[in-house]
Amino acid sequence: MRFEPTIPIYLQVMDEIKAQIVSGKLKPGQQLPSVRELAQNIQVNPNTIARAYQELERAGIVFTRRGQGTFVREEEKIPVILKQEKVQAVLSSFFKEMASLGVSPKEALSLARNFSAEGGKSSGVRTDSRKPK
Amino acid sequence: MEYALTAVNLSKRYGKKQALENLNLQIPQGKIVALLGPNGSGKSTFLKLFAGLIHPSSGKALVLGEEAGTATKSKVAYVPEFNHLYRWQTAGEAVEFASSFFPDLDLEIAGKLLEQMQLEREQKIASLSKGMQARLKLVLALARNAPVLLLDEPLSGIDPQSRRKILGAIVESYKPDEQTIVLSTHQVLESEFAFDQVIFLQEGKVALKGDADELRKEHNCSIEDLFAKIYQ
Repeated sequence: MRFEPTIPIYLQVMDEIKAQIVSGKLKPGQQLPSVRELAQNIQVNPNTIARAYQELERAGIVFTRRGQGTFVREEEKIPVILKQEKVQAVLSSFFKEMASLGVSPKEALSLARNFSAEGGKSSGVRTDSRKPK
Repeated sequence: MEYALTAVNLSKRYGKKQALENLNLQIPQGKIVALLGPNGSGKSTFLKLFAGLIHPSSGKALVLGEEAGTATKSKVAYVPEFNHLYRWQTAGEAVEFASSFFPDLDLEIAGKLLEQMQLEREQKIASLSKGMQARLKLVLALARNAPVLLLDEPLSGIDPQSRRKILGAIVESYKPDEQTIVLSTHQVLESEFAFDQVIFLQEGKVALKGDADELRKEHNCSIEDLFAKIYQ
């Protein structure tokens, strides 16, 4: 796991766990690695990991069974909700960045449509000059 | 809960030089704390005071509520910046030697740490690189069951691989419920993720302190960036 030092580390650990739940790598009911294990694996202070777990618990995503560990809550909705959350975040940052480039939401939408129609290749403006033809 | 370290109006003067000036702060138990600052900001003096090696000019340095000194020596594992190893010993002998005056040194843990640090027991200290010697110094401290670990510049002047190994070992061996680690460094970039609290010292005073993640949130930047801002 690579961290961005300008963003609180515990938030990044939370995001990574949420992403694993969305992708199905962590399933409802499944146990998370122990704080110690995860701290060692990603070389982060164990207190930071413990804080990420606490916040995930507060958000209703995981729960702790005393003496056993931390588990993803056994609710089928959780991956769905987390996915929606992430989709919203991606959309919001997409439109925000487009706006900062002076592209209106409407234009951005039609650009996105064309982009997708061409199988994800950029059309018109060439931004990647490094790529040889 | 009692604080691991408490500074009460703590000052230290060397002749005319004021190394620490009227410091008041508490370090809670169970944290890894980075003591940050350029050379001459008072980091080493701070650690030596709490290690009980030097006495305050005024004020108090408390370790788990007790004044630092002979009585607190068994509670503190202190690793100085300079090299205190005997060149004629082997790595294994250094461990045994240390265990002879620190009864809390766990030989089994020391063995594991030596392995993790890729140190061989038979290696003569004189033949070890600076980075390997730094690793050995850390092994001797981490193998102790002391509630307070004070590490003076454990990352300075050594190769990147040794720095990674040392940081890794600190994060892995550290016992969050019963140990407090204070390490001084100016190598912020690599150690950012290892500590949960930071204290920035500037000319013997606290310039800024707090929870590392809260500071990131509040200032919207890394601890490395904050370091650059404070000491520009």
